Amino acid sequence: MPKKKVVLNFPPHLIDQPITYRLIMDYGLVVNILRARITPQEWGSMVLELGDGNGRLDEALAFLTELGVGVEPLSKEVRWHEERCIHCTACTGPCPTQALAVADPHTMTVSFDEERCIACELCLPVCPYQAVEILF
Amino acid sequence: MAKTIQEINEKIKAGRAVVLTAEEIIGVVREKGVKQAAAMVDVVTTGTFAPMCSSGAYFNVGHATPRMKIGGGRVALNEVAAYAGFAAVDILIGATALPDDDPRNKVFPGKFPYGGGHVIEDLVGGKDVRLTASTYGTDCYPRKALDTWIRLADLNEAVLFNMRNAYQNYNVAVNLSDRVLYTYMGVLQPRMRNANYCTAGQLSPLLNDPLYRTIGVGTRIFLGGGEGLVVSQGTQHNPGVLRTDGGVPRRGAGTLAVTGDLKHMSPQWLRGASFTGYGVTLTVGLGIPIPILDEEIMAFAAVSDADIIAPVVDYSEAYPNGKPEVLAEVSVAQLKSGEISVNGKKVVTAGLSSYARAREVARILKERIEKGSFLLAEPLAPLPGPDSGYAFKPLKERPYVPSNRDAVS
Repeated sequence: MPKKKVVLNFPPHLIDQPITYRLIMDYGLVVNILRARITPQEWGSMVLELGDGNGRLDEALAFLTELGVGVEPLSKEVRWHEERCIHCTACTGPCPTQALAVADPHTMTVSFDEERCIACELCLPVCPYQAVEILF
Repeated sequence: MAKTIQEINEKIKAGRAVVLTAEEIIGVVREKGVKQAAAMVDVVTTGTFAPMCSSGAYFNVGHATPRMKIGGGRVALNEVAAYAGFAAVDILIGATALPDDDPRNKVFPGKFPYGGGHVIEDLVGGKDVRLTASTYGTDCYPRKALDTWIRLADLNEAVLFNMRNAYQNYNVAVNLSDRVLYTYMGVLQPRMRNANYCTAGQLSPLLNDPLYRTIGVGTRIFLGGGEGLVVSQGTQHNPGVLRTDGGVPRRGAGTLAVTGDLKHMSPQWLRGASFTGYGVTLTVGLGIPIPILDEEIMAFAAVSDADIIAPVVDYSEAYPNGKPEVLAEVSVAQLKSGEISVNGKKVVTAGLSSYARAREVARILKERIEKGSFLLAEPLAPLPGPDSGYAFKPLKERPYVPSNRDAVS
């Protein structure tokens, strides 16, 4: 099943709508909520992993956009600033998905695989060089 | 066949010196043996790039008009407290200094986004830095306040002076407690869920010359992208620790005090670093060439990660209370594999010292020597060695009691 990680940004007037329910019931998506921040009368955000159960993922994303929900791929919202990284590997221990990992055990260089990142933010406090930035 | 530094320098000048990095030499010695390698190789280059807190820089900022005696007053660079206890316009900043209004750990864990290490990085990067100073007036130095932009190029002297760098071996930090610890060894998860280490291992300068046979007072080095020299042993130099049969220390041992002209350094090799819940420091790039004068020096320089043993220490109890307990000993090769075993438990590892950048230091130093632009310096004096009796002592605390206490009561 194809999967896509997205960041949804909800304007305040949509906070009381059961949007996740619609994604599941109307479009048959397999929704895995990685993070959510929803507060009354404020912009809310959610990080979702969407499994395309019956080929209707694009339709579902169009539905969200039409509703006024901002949709961005997660990879656009998580930045690894390679020029700031010194390849110390401090982030590779805590990273639960090996998105940040030692790419080559001989040279001990660190690489970032944005597809694996779940935006858990465990790397943020352990990087002394602010090489990882999460924008949402 | 023994060589001298002078002979090696002649070969460097003639473009005939054979130079290998401390990583490259391992395979050569394994293949050809110590004797043949010693005859063939002239210099082995080492490198490290890691947080080193006892680093700092001093500057002569030039005299303002009218003159001002910053010495004895207060001074800050980008609001980070600097030291002004010298002559009128000589100031010093340390890597761990913080702005007065940084909340520290009042909201725990503190973020420490900017401090002395970042000021040094910014200056070296050619950025404008704000100098603020206040002091008392004198007849010869009437001015009392100053608030101006400065930059590295406009300073008279700008010198990196690090009183302790290049620690020879270091602890592997773990946390046996039930809460997350924020330390200078990074974030340590409870119940030993991770282990952080900090060494360049087989590339580390002092691990390639474990008995200080070639590295001494006056040794010319790669420092912060430019050149520097070894001033003396660094603070906390502790050569008498437990060693392997090969002479490699199994605990933190030797250290170096180093200095160099900041104006020739680069922000790529001097990086401010923020340790959550701990503070700010400076990550320093340092590399030392080891002249292969004889077979013993060659054998030492062929040290590999599997031969280097580091102690695993609990940072919840043993370290803060100064207890010498060691939970286990592991090799750097194991640490770099991403997992070690401590008392039967598998623990994920991560580094703080960049091996990737240490390789680059060793490579750059090698290229400079091959090009003839970097000559070796003859040490003026050796560093205190394992049998010197030189040791690192704890503070002997003698609490102050006011002598007139009875009179007051």
